Amino acid sequence: MGFDKLNHRKVVVVSAGLSVPSSTRLLADKLGAATERAIAARGEEVEVRHVELRPLAHALADHLLTGFPTGDLAGALDAVRHADGVIVVTPVFSASYSGLFKTFFDVLEPGALDGKPVAIAATAGTARHSLVLDHALRPLFAYLHAVVAPTGVFAASEDFGESSDGESSLDKRVDRAASELAALVSGTAGATQVPARRTVDSEFAAPTPFEQLLREAGGNTAR
Amino acid sequence: MGIQIGIFSVGDVTADPTTGRTPSEHQRIKDTVAIAKKAEEVGLDVFATGEHHNPPFIASNPTATLAYIGAQTSTLLLSTATTLITTTDPVLIAEDYAKIQHLTDGRVDLMLGRGNTGPVYPWFGKDIRQGINLAIENYALLRRLWREDVVDWEGRFRTPLQGYTSTPRPLDGVAPFVWHGSIRSPEIAEQAAYYGDGYFHNHIFWPASHAAQMVRLYRDRFAHYGHGTPEQAIVGLGGQIFMRRNSQDAINEFRPYFDNAPVYGHGPSLEDFSAQTPLTVGSPQQVLERTLSFRDYAGDYQRQLFLVDHAGLPLKTVLEQLDLLGEILPAMRAGFAEGRPADVPDAPTHASQLAALTSNSQVSNDNKESKEVTI
Repeated sequence: MGFDKLNHRKVVVVSAGLSVPSSTRLLADKLGAATERAIAARGEEVEVRHVELRPLAHALADHLLTGFPTGDLAGALDAVRHADGVIVVTPVFSASYSGLFKTFFDVLEPGALDGKPVAIAATAGTARHSLVLDHALRPLFAYLHAVVAPTGVFAASEDFGESSDGESSLDKRVDRAASELAALVSGTAGATQVPARRTVDSEFAAPTPFEQLLREAGGNTAR
Repeated sequence: MGIQIGIFSVGDVTADPTTGRTPSEHQRIKDTVAIAKKAEEVGLDVFATGEHHNPPFIASNPTATLAYIGAQTSTLLLSTATTLITTTDPVLIAEDYAKIQHLTDGRVDLMLGRGNTGPVYPWFGKDIRQGINLAIENYALLRRLWREDVVDWEGRFRTPLQGYTSTPRPLDGVAPFVWHGSIRSPEIAEQAAYYGDGYFHNHIFWPASHAAQMVRLYRDRFAHYGHGTPEQAIVGLGGQIFMRRNSQDAINEFRPYFDNAPVYGHGPSLEDFSAQTPLTVGSPQQVLERTLSFRDYAGDYQRQLFLVDHAGLPLKTVLEQLDLLGEILPAMRAGFAEGRPADVPDAPTHASQLAALTSNSQVSNDNKESKEVTI
């Protein structure tokens, strides 16, 4: 954490592709680069970090069983927690996000995405899955209290072969989602403006005095 | 006496993965008593029992268990890990533990916790969403029941008390010492610090960093509330060990129990989990060294409890573990005593609390006399 410069924006791209090379990672790269350009165009510094879930698969399964993150997974969860904006990209499995993708957000501490700008994206072999953005990803991130950018990016295999000058080409959609995310990240609707719930970390940083806890136990919840 | 060293048990009835045999409840209950008696025999200071109200555990009614063990031991300090302060009526806790104090001549203290079983709340008519609030209100009442002869009380979670006297009164007017156990709730460390009570981290199944963070918070807040320096706070830690003279034998023998253990089984490898948490499987010397290293992040502390009887380990093996623990006990005590500042207190016992009470009333009597002289 430390003393970050006010307009140094941290964006984390979480992608759950499984193959190498992966079209999910390809889309994640496009979104990361476009967001970097869009934030830089606003005159702000930006740092984009990629979190690939495939190498964290064992650690994620262990976390489900033990209740704590280890090694690189702990670092990845921390990066998302402290990001100014997050881009999430999943392959479509059985008409939804993949289990690996969901597991990452299952083990993220409640409150970690409160008020955080998020851009959603998905890949699949066929365009017939495109509504997965709106029937699976958008509700998930709404539940997590994230601020989801209006444009989600869905890429079927055929989109990667399309020319980039068409009005609805993949690159155009990527740019639109990236500029929306950039506006959310550098705008006043950023995470710090939204009252987040109290997490275990905030309790460690500034413990609620016991007299207050006693009052709350007695039913007085005014802070 | 320095640090107190003992064992704590969750009382799980688990199939032995190497034989497929599951002990009966009766067997497991009797085994628990045998384990506690063995603990005293090998020179350990404390036996603490957990509290669970559902299968596969036999740890309901901890007070009957402790009283029964107390009748068959003479030096062993009896404790809990933990007593459910959320779902147990504090009126009942006050009676039960004061009674055991009398029966065992003060060889009892208790550790309060919220438990880890959600469904237990409705079984006792409580609301799980009020977990922290129940722990706070119930304990505030429990303290008064032990410290005031006649209590008028009104709260949110149980019927009011009017002119109520809890019986028997605590032995010698000294309430049993209380520890508060919590893995990851800063509010509970805060509660322990506020009252100047002990704080215990179970320190098994979790990275040491969790324990370090909670202990640091408790110590800081203990000082904040004026009970002494952070180093004088009363800290207890758990630990999980398995020993054989040859460390590879310990690893080979324990691995099937680890791999199938109810809490972390089928997850990380024994090696990874040993690196990630305080679990130590190896030679007695390795257990000794790892245990002494807990001070590096917890500071000099007052109570160390080990989990040795779980995951289906047969009684014979558990008793062998206690023999091995008994062998390294003198070295462990010496190691903990090394470099321990003189102003770091021991964990309060009935005797030390009584002595403090007597010397305090002596002081106030002295003051009274000197005042009278002045007059």
